[in-house]
Amino acid sequence: MNRLNQGNFDKNTDISKEKKSEKKEYDFLNDTWRRMRRHKMAIIGGTIVIILYIIVIFAGFLGPYNPYHGFKKHFFHPPTKVHFFDEDGLTRPYVYRTETVDWAEYEVIKDKKYPIKFFHKGDEYKLFGLFKTDLHLFGVDEPAHLFLLGSDNYGRDLFTRILFGGRVSMFIGFVAIFITTIIGLIVGGIAGYYGGWVDNILMRFAEVIMSIPAFYLLLALAAVLPMGISSTLRFFLIISILSFRGWAGMARVIRGMVLSIRNEDYVLAAEAIGARDPRIIKKHVLPTTTTYVIVRATVSIPGYIIMESGLSFLGLGIQEPNASWGNMLTAAQNVTKITNFPWLLIPGFMIFFAVLSYNLLGDGLRDALDPKATENN
Amino acid sequence: MRTYILRRFLQAIPLLIAISILSFFIMQLSPGNYLDTMKLNPDVSEELIETMQKQYGLDKSIPEQYFHWLWQILHGNFGESFTYKVPVTHVIKTRALNTIILSVAAMIIAWGFSIPIGIYSATHKYTIGDNIFTSLAFVGLSIPNFFFALLLLFLIVKFNVPLPITGMTSIMYDYLSFSGKIIDVLKHLLVPAVVLGTASMASLTRIMRGQMIEAMRSDYIRTARAKGLKNKTVVYKHAFRNAINPMITMFGFQISALLSGAALTETVTGWPGLGKMMLTAVRSKDLYLAMAGLMIGSVLLILGNLIADILLAISDPRIRYN
Repeated sequence: MNRLNQGNFDKNTDISKEKKSEKKEYDFLNDTWRRMRRHKMAIIGGTIVIILYIIVIFAGFLGPYNPYHGFKKHFFHPPTKVHFFDEDGLTRPYVYRTETVDWAEYEVIKDKKYPIKFFHKGDEYKLFGLFKTDLHLFGVDEPAHLFLLGSDNYGRDLFTRILFGGRVSMFIGFVAIFITTIIGLIVGGIAGYYGGWVDNILMRFAEVIMSIPAFYLLLALAAVLPMGISSTLRFFLIISILSFRGWAGMARVIRGMVLSIRNEDYVLAAEAIGARDPRIIKKHVLPTTTTYVIVRATVSIPGYIIMESGLSFLGLGIQEPNASWGNMLTAAQNVTKITNFPWLLIPGFMIFFAVLSYNLLGDGLRDALDPKATENN
Repeated sequence: MRTYILRRFLQAIPLLIAISILSFFIMQLSPGNYLDTMKLNPDVSEELIETMQKQYGLDKSIPEQYFHWLWQILHGNFGESFTYKVPVTHVIKTRALNTIILSVAAMIIAWGFSIPIGIYSATHKYTIGDNIFTSLAFVGLSIPNFFFALLLLFLIVKFNVPLPITGMTSIMYDYLSFSGKIIDVLKHLLVPAVVLGTASMASLTRIMRGQMIEAMRSDYIRTARAKGLKNKTVVYKHAFRNAINPMITMFGFQISALLSGAALTETVTGWPGLGKMMLTAVRSKDLYLAMAGLMIGSVLLILGNLIADILLAISDPRIRYN
C-alpha cells in the first residue's frame, strides 16, 4: 500500500477508480489479465506459443517444399548459404546451385545466381487441408535448392518438415490435455460428489495407473498400435494413450477439491439461503476448480509435448514419412551422423523452444490466477 | 511406525495384483505375438512353433494364461524371455540394478545441487546470481532428456572430450583391476546421470527456492533474528529444516519421473537398464519380459513412495503414523 501512495496524484486516482469498479463487479478475466501483464516473461512465452501455432498452421505456405518431396541427389545437404551481397554490394538475396561430389558431399557451383523469389510457385499443397494451391512464401527455381536448415537422409527439406512436424507436436499436447481434463473433471467430480464405493473404485483404478512408471505404460500401450494404420488415426490413438495415462492425476486432485468445496462455509451458506444445485455449481464449485484446471492444463502441455516426441523418437509414435519433431530426431540418433550433419539436431531445439515458451506462459498464468503463489516468487 | 510400514506393504499387494492384470491385458491387446514373427521365418519348422506354444502356454485362453503366469510368479519364476531364451529373472536382475545405479547417481546430482542453489537463490532473491539460476532452472526444465543426451554426445565427439559415448563398460573392462573397473563404469555413468539429474535438478531447485522464501517470511524467522541469532543459524537451523519437508514429499514424486526419464536416457546413451530392456521387449512382443519390466518398475515406484513417507516421518516430528 505504501508503494502505491508514493505514486503521483493521477495514478492514485486511477487506482481508486479501479478499486471502485472492482467492488462493483469482479471481472475475472480483466483482473487476471492485469496481473498477467506484470509477468513479462510469461507474455513473451505466450507470444511465442501463439506465433508457433500460426507458423505450423501455415506450414504449407511458409515452407518452400512439400514435406515428402525428397531430392534423391541432395540427401544430408548442409544448409544452403543465402547471399545478400554480390560484387556491387547489397542485392536481392540469391543462392548458388550445388552438385554432388561424393557421398553426402556437395560442391557449390557459382556459374549462375538464383534469386530467392517471393510468392513462388512450387510443390502443390492444400491450405488448411481445403484449398489446393502451389503458392509458397518463397522459393528458388530448379536446379538450385533452398534448404534453409539442410536436408535429411531422403533429401527432404528440413525447414519444411520442421514446420509440418510442429503441427503434431503443438497440437498433440493441446488436444491430449483437453481430453485429459474432461475425463479428469468427470471422474474426479463423480468420485468427489458421490463418495462411497464409487469413489473407492475410481480412485483405486487411478492409483493403479499412477503406480506404473509413466513411460513404461506408454511404451506398452504404444506397442499395441498396429503398424499399418493411417496417420490421422495414429495421431488420435497416441492422444488417447497420453490421456489414458494422464487423467488419473487430474481426477485425484479434482476429487479432493470437490470434496472440500462441498463443505466450505460459502457453499453451505448458499445452500442454507436456498440456492439450487446448478447455481451452486456454477457460482461456487466451478470457479474454484477452473483456476486449478487452467493452470494445470497449461503446465502439463509441455509434458505431453515431451512424451509425444519421446515416443516418436523411439519409433513408437508418429511414423515416417509423416514428420514430428520427435521422429525427425531419430535420424540424429547415430553419433557419427550428428557430428557430420549437426543440422539434424535442430528439431530438438524446436521442442525445447516450444516447451520453454509453454513453461514460461504456465508459470505466469499460475501467478496471475493464484495470487497466493505469487508471494513465493 | 512398524505397523504403519507393515500396513503399507500389505496395501501394496492388491495394488500390484491390479497392476499385473492391467499390464497383462494391455500386452494381450497387442496384435500378434512373438511366435507370429517366428512363423515368418522359413527355417523354423511348424513343430517347433507348436512345442514353443505349449511350452509358453500361448495356446490357452487369456485368463488361463494370466493365472498360469501369476502362479509362476508366486514361485519366483518370471517365465522365460522369448528373445534371450533365458529366464526373465536372469535378464532383469542386472537391468534393474543398472537402472537403480543410474537413478541414484542422478538423484545425488539433482539433490546435491538443487538444495544449495535453492537456498542461495532464496537468500539472495532477485540478485544476478538468483536470476541466472532461475533462468537455468527454466532451461533445464524445458529440455527433453533424450535431446539433452544427444546434445551432450554431440559436444563430446565434437570437442574430443575423453569420455565414452555409449554402453556401461569398455571393451577392455574384463582386463581391468577392481578400481579400474569402478572408474570405467563411473566414466560411462557420467553422461546419463548428468542428463537425468538436470531434469530433476531444475524442478527441485524451483521448489526449494519457493519453500525457502516462504519459510524465511515466517514469524519464527523474525523472532530468531530479533533474538540476535547469526544469519547462518537462522537460515540453516530454522528456515532450512522447515523448507526441506515438502522436498521429501517430492522425493516420492520424482521417482516416477526418474524411471520414465531413465527409459529414454538409457536408450540414447546405451546404458543397459530396465527402460532400454522394456523398449526391446515391447517391440519384439516378448510378453514375459515386458510384464516383468512393468512389474519391477511399479515395485520400484511403490517402494520409493514408501521410503519418501518414512523419511518424512523421520524429518518432521509433527507427523505421526499409527
